[in-house]
Amino acid sequence: MADPTQIGSLQIRNVSKFFGSFQAVNDISLDIQNGEFLTLLGPSGSGKTTLLMMVAGFLDISRGDIALDGASIATVPAEKRNFGMVFQGYALFPHMSVRDNVGYALSVRKRPAREIRARVDEMLELVQLQDFADRKPGQLSGGQQQRVALARALCFAPPVLLLDEPLGALDKKLRVEVQEQLKDIHRRVGTTFIYVTHDQEEALSMSDRIVIMRDGAIEQVGTPKELYERPVNRFTASFLGKSNFIEHAGKAFALRPEKIDLHPGNSHADARLRGTIRSMTYFGSMQRIIVAADNNTEIEVDIDVWRNPSNLAEGARVDLLWEDTAAVELQSG
Amino acid sequence: MHALTRHIHPGWLIIAPLFLLVVTLYLGPILNILWLSFTDPEPGLGNYAKLGQEGAQLRIVWTTVRICIITTIFSVVLGYSIAYAMVHAHRQQKSYMLTLLLVSFWISILVRTFAWLMLLGRKGLVNVTLEDIGLIAEPITFMRNELGVLIGMVHYMIPYAVLPLLVSMQSIDQRVMNASRNLGASGTQTFWRIYLPLTTPGLVAATLLVFILSLGFYVTPAVLGGGKVLMVAEYISVQLLVTLKWGTAAMLAAIMLMGVLAMLWIMSRFMKLSTVFGGATR
Repeated sequence: MADPTQIGSLQIRNVSKFFGSFQAVNDISLDIQNGEFLTLLGPSGSGKTTLLMMVAGFLDISRGDIALDGASIATVPAEKRNFGMVFQGYALFPHMSVRDNVGYALSVRKRPAREIRARVDEMLELVQLQDFADRKPGQLSGGQQQRVALARALCFAPPVLLLDEPLGALDKKLRVEVQEQLKDIHRRVGTTFIYVTHDQEEALSMSDRIVIMRDGAIEQVGTPKELYERPVNRFTASFLGKSNFIEHAGKAFALRPEKIDLHPGNSHADARLRGTIRSMTYFGSMQRIIVAADNNTEIEVDIDVWRNPSNLAEGARVDLLWEDTAAVELQSG
Repeated sequence: MHALTRHIHPGWLIIAPLFLLVVTLYLGPILNILWLSFTDPEPGLGNYAKLGQEGAQLRIVWTTVRICIITTIFSVVLGYSIAYAMVHAHRQQKSYMLTLLLVSFWISILVRTFAWLMLLGRKGLVNVTLEDIGLIAEPITFMRNELGVLIGMVHYMIPYAVLPLLVSMQSIDQRVMNASRNLGASGTQTFWRIYLPLTTPGLVAATLLVFILSLGFYVTPAVLGGGKVLMVAEYISVQLLVTLKWGTAAMLAAIMLMGVLAMLWIMSRFMKLSTVFGGATR
């Protein structure tokens, strides 16, 4: 088997997908580095799953080309692409034991039984399921099934691993835990991960780069920090994290709620806006304050609870302050 | 009343009428037949002993079992292909196929058997066509032999095989098939290692259903077999109506019943029958 760290770069060139007259993916081009953790993030209907299915080979490409390390794979059938995939709902084989599920890819490649056994043990150790090798998927919890799916997809050392909303079925607390494990596994196996999700927190916490998609097209590509700090348009700013939108001198700006300071009273010399506190919601680590500004907009402000001056209360007059760099100018769209 | 309900769950009182109905209408007659088989014409195991002694009766049982096994194999294999085609057809074509299947399912067995009579006769459509295109010189004898009976029975049984298979195939998650392909399995490997095992409950249900229903076939062997192919049901009818040996008839009926129960019992050793008959699969 090839060393997965040496291969696994993917070139997506002007790819489009039509279903009848409906265009699900619209002329997407994207370069994915080997070993990268890349997330396709977007609301449902944004074409992210369609794009993933074309990479996996389950959907034909209507126009354009997809290449692995420079060689086109557009006409290679799914079973010959050697891409690992973790499916939504896991799609484990319900009639097989965990061991047989994980070893399936090697078994259909007719590898010797001893090699399969050793490799499966190694994979089960990676996902910490050594004690569950003989169980059936139906006897496992959701989180365990998810790990079996991951081990199964990685067992044949694929150059690229595709993950289609793999955490969608897990509850919130477990999701955070599995995110950590996924990141850890990515670091250890070094395979290129292409991860599809509509959950912005997942995307932010795990990805090397995020591709934000809407209506079959790419809105913005960048590291989580770039996207969060420098959203190019309104859609990106509101889809990834929360944002206030402010008009100034005919231009639109995005302003993150945590970058605004509140000052009680209306006396601060540097106040950019003045307003009245409409509501305050307590979230433990921070509180969200909605201010009805005097220019008839609503501004959301997140402030640390411990910094809350005691005289902030609903109905109180406040000044809003922020640094020059906090407001990001947006393109229209 | 109070003392009674303390020992018997009140739920039983609600289902009691239905329970009694089942006992009187099903269990009663069945026990009656069992009783007859041991008591008519004289008490003892005489009827059963005769089955072992008389070659004719044994031969009939063997013919029945053999025809039923062949019918089951052909019906289930053809039914599997049809169900597979239906599941993978476009919605429109699928509904056409289902309609055709159900139409043939609903037409009386007598009508369908006579239709085969028309088609398979010496001057029937099949022989005439084959002769006209020069494939055969002499008409093939389709009737008054096992071949005719098998054609008629398989044709009748196919819908019974298709329906449970269809349910089983429809419940398969397409993503599981995709997962198999994604892991590098060819179409053939995916079929043998994933698809077939996942449709096994449907396959077993179809097999049991077709085999058990075939055992009691009466009209088709009588018409297409033309008296040459004697199966148990027809023999029982002769015993009841012509020779009036009710004991023999009851004995054969009891043997069939026991055979079916034994088969179900053996199956239940290998798998949960509740999954076969539409119970929870997970």
